[in-house]
Parts: sequence; structure tokens; C-alpha cells
Amino acid sequence: MSGSERTEVAHSHEDDLARRLSTDVSTAVRTPKVGQWVVSIIVLLLAAFVIRGLAINSAIQWGEVRSYLTFRSILLGVRLTLILTVVSMAIGIVGGALLAVCRLSSIRLLRSAAWLYVWIFRGTPLLVQILFWFNLAIFLPRITIGIPFGPSFGGWSTNSVVSALTASILALALNEAAYMCEIVRGGLLSVPPGQTEAAKSLGLSRRKTMTQIVFPQAMRFIVPPTGNQVIGMLKGSSLVSVIAVGELLYSAEVIYDQNGKLIPLLVVVSIWYIIATSVLYVIQYYVERHYGRGFKATTLPKGRIATYLASRRTRPTQTPSYTTEDHV
Amino acid sequence: MTTNPTIVMTSAPLVQAVNVQKHFGGTVVLDSVSLEISAGEVVVIIGPSGAGKSTFLRTLNQLERIDGGSIWIDGQLLGYKYVGNTVRHCSEKEIIQQRRMLGMVFQQFNLFPHMTVLQNVRYAPVQVSGEKEADATQRARDLIKLVGLESRVDYYPSQLSGGQQQRVAIARALAMRPRLLLFDEPTSSLDPELVGDVLAVMRTLAQQGQTMVIVTHEMEFALDIADRIVFMADGKILEVGTPEQIRNEDETPRLRAFIGRLRKES
Repeated sequence: MSGSERTEVAHSHEDDLARRLSTDVSTAVRTPKVGQWVVSIIVLLLAAFVIRGLAINSAIQWGEVRSYLTFRSILLGVRLTLILTVVSMAIGIVGGALLAVCRLSSIRLLRSAAWLYVWIFRGTPLLVQILFWFNLAIFLPRITIGIPFGPSFGGWSTNSVVSALTASILALALNEAAYMCEIVRGGLLSVPPGQTEAAKSLGLSRRKTMTQIVFPQAMRFIVPPTGNQVIGMLKGSSLVSVIAVGELLYSAEVIYDQNGKLIPLLVVVSIWYIIATSVLYVIQYYVERHYGRGFKATTLPKGRIATYLASRRTRPTQTPSYTTEDHV
Repeated sequence: MTTNPTIVMTSAPLVQAVNVQKHFGGTVVLDSVSLEISAGEVVVIIGPSGAGKSTFLRTLNQLERIDGGSIWIDGQLLGYKYVGNTVRHCSEKEIIQQRRMLGMVFQQFNLFPHMTVLQNVRYAPVQVSGEKEADATQRARDLIKLVGLESRVDYYPSQLSGGQQQRVAIARALAMRPRLLLFDEPTSSLDPELVGDVLAVMRTLAQQGQTMVIVTHEMEFALDIADRIVFMADGKILEVGTPEQIRNEDETPRLRAFIGRLRKES
């Protein structure tokens, strides 16, 4: 605010008033934002530099990348990675939900047992757990089914039951269950207690209250972190390559150990992981939207992909908006 | 009144609470509360906060356990049963069965946010009573109309005002055809201009002969709608009387002070 402007404004009271009445900010002229332009140009330059570097880098050998991208053993690796992710995640989610219910149980011992489980499986590295399950036979040579301290109904040698693949699934799933337990528990606790009371007062059983009232509402809080867990699991499953399970990373390792084309194959692996995680993002969006129904404040803004998909099919559903017209 | 209740009475009141005791830790919340409510009666419970009004209401539909005494509804001992001469705890199933005699409307509405208005009202009749979907839908629509929200059947609770939500909650409770309807401060979390709609619905129900127990701070409404007013303080029932008796104020000093304070506020 300069001195000359101030005197100009203050120079006559009527002028001042007239000016105020005639001022309309909608006619304001935008000041060019030089800073934004400078930053944008720098970012574009850097991006061009990186892309050019990647494109002409001789170590990457884009031709090799292209041919290995759909190589048979790589595709089999992708398949096994997806299977590992889906199976381990499914067991992990179910196990986590059961653990969460145990942790909220009224039976003290059940609460403690679930807590102990989470404490151990979250407190040790996944890689260590994978090695443990893989070498299970060393400290547990036979697996028997029976009543503890009582009769047994049969048994098998551990090595015949726990293959490298089973060990991988066990390790990934049991570890995941510990994390999912905390996610589900948080979700269940975030549903207001009034919901349970309302269900009770309507005569609902405990099981129906849990499955039809509490869980659907808890899902809103459970789905987003679970999506992250699935993406983490997809990538984390590459750890089982250390016990020679032929998932995506191990399949690539086998090839580059023979031909030495390390970088092209790692690029191939990365491309497949990026494709898979991108697909998961889209799935997560739709699942979140499904469980967000009825909650206006958290209704997700439509992403670009979703907007595009929506534009391809017309949807007749319209959300009614809240009006106050019928208050008399 | 501390006479022993007989188990079966021919003209028994719908609700009979006998020397009900309740404490949270060392704090006594209900101290020997006894009250009888007949079918068709509208009883309003008033009193300062912390008096035990809501707790008493919640013991009626067993959201709170009682620590002593007994509550009888329609001849049934709540939460317990006689096996020979011993009193035993009811199973979860039996408690659920007993709860179905009562409906409850909460201060915070507690509508199911993931269901539309229609789904909220229709839900329990289908899931709990096993009514046919079509019948339950028709009845739900009638009830939604009764509370004046027929234009909102497919809305989610988050799209409604507080007053509208509370009216849906009343319809939802009515859908289970309760013998007794409990209201726990139904207008306390509403904006003042929305209170009237809810009270109007409650008036209609009273006229239709619905038995109701209402905890409220709306003194004028209480005097207007109640057959009897119960005044509670410190976990005890200090006064029971018709609105006329309460209005005349020749009662306990606590009640006089309480009503005086309410008058000053409004």
C-alpha cells in the first residue's frame, strides 16, 4: 500500500464512496504467476532429461526388455506372483478378521492370545519368517493332527507337507493376518457404539449385528489400508525368491543368472509390478466407493479413469440432495 | 411402595419395576427405583442430569443390566427366569426375545448410515421377525408416511436433517410393533426449529394409544403429553404425579427448584 494511493483514496469522501460502490472484484485482472512457470519449466526439463537418459541408455537394451516382457517363464512368474498375492491376502484377511474379533472379545485369555500373535508376527521381519517356515522340518520333523496332550489322528513328515510354495503362503499369510488384525480392529472400533445399541434394541442377534450392521460400516475404514496391504503384499511376495519359489522376481533371476542381462530383466520385472499395482488402484477405487455409500462427507471424488469409464455408460441413478423444504 | 410382587397377576401393569438397583463401580445410579406403567399410558421422566433417567430407561430394554430388584414386562421377568424356585440368567436368545417387546428411540438417532430410509425401517421386521419383504416394505412405507417423510424414502440418513432422522428412527422402532416405546431425550441433539416436528409425531402416537416412556427436558411438552410425570434425582424417584399435580408445585423442594430453573432458562 503506497502513500500516493492512500492520499488519492482519502482525497474526497464522496469519491471514496462512489469508488466503493462501483468496485466489482469479478473484473479483476490476474497477475501472471512467474514462479509457477519457472518451476513447471524446470520440472519439464528434468523429466525430458530422465526420459532421454532412459531411452538411449545402452544398459537397458529396450529391445531385450520388449522380448522378455512376454517371455513364457516371466509370464508364469507373473501368474505365480498373482496367485501368491491373492491366496495369502485372502487367508490374511480372514485370519486378521478372526484375530480382531478375538482382540475385542470379552474372554480375557482370547484377547491375550490374539495380542501375543500380533506382537510376534509384527515384531519379526517377514524375511526371517519366510526362512523359518521354509526350514520348519528342522525343528518340527513331523506334523500330527490330534488333541493336545491327547490322542493323535495321523501325521505326516513336515517336508512332504510344507513345500517351498506352502512355506511362502504360510509366511506371507500369517504375517499379513497380524497386520490385518490391527486394521480390522481399528475399523470395528470406529463404528459408534450407538449402532450396536440400536441393533440390539431392534432385537438383532449378536452375529447379525456384527455381520450386517458393524462390519459394513467398518469396511469404510478397513478398505483403504487393506488396499495398501494388497499392494504391499504384491511387491513383498518377491521376498520368497530367496527360497527359490518361481514368482516374478525369481523367474527373472533365473534368466539373468544365465545370460547376464540383469538390467533389462529388472526393468521387465518393474514393468509387470507397475501394471499389477495400477490395476489394483482401479479396483480399490470401486471397492471404496461401494462401501462409502450413505456417507456424504467421504464420497470419493471421481478419478480420471472412473470419469472416463462413467462417460462410456450412462447411469440413471441420481443422488437426491438434502433440502429443508418440508419443515413446517 | 415395597410390597412383594406376585409372579402372575391378572390385571398386571405392562411394566413393573421393583426396587431396581444399579451402580457403576462405587457410584449408585439407581437407588431402589420402583414404578408401574399401564398399557396405553404415557410416562415422562424428568430430572437434573445424572439423576439416572436414561439409565433407568436403558435397563428396561436391557442395554444395562440391573444389580438388584427386578423388572417385569407383560408378566415376564427381564433378563432372568424362574427354574423351579431358583432365578437363573436368561440366554442371549431369550434376552433378544424379550427386547422385541420394546422399541427405543435414541438421542443420537443411531440410524444405520449405510441403509436408506426405507431399508432402515424395513430391516428389523425382515431380519428379526421374518416378515415377507413385500409386506414389510408396504408397512415401512406406511410408517414413513405417518412420520411425514414419504418424499424421502430413498434418501440416506446423511442426506436428512436431524429432525427428519429422528422421525425415521421413530418409524424404525414402530416397525417392530413394540408393546412399549422408549424415548431417550429424543430432541436434545436437535436444532430448536426441528424439535416441533418430532414432538408432533410423538403426540400422534400418544393419541393412538401407544404406551411410551419418555425422558426429556421439554417441560411444556411433558406437561402437555404425559399421563404421569416422574421426577428423578440422585438415582431415586422423588415424585410421581399427573401434570396437574406437578404444575401446582406443592411438592418437594427439589422439584420446585428444578422446575423453577427450567422456567428461568426458557
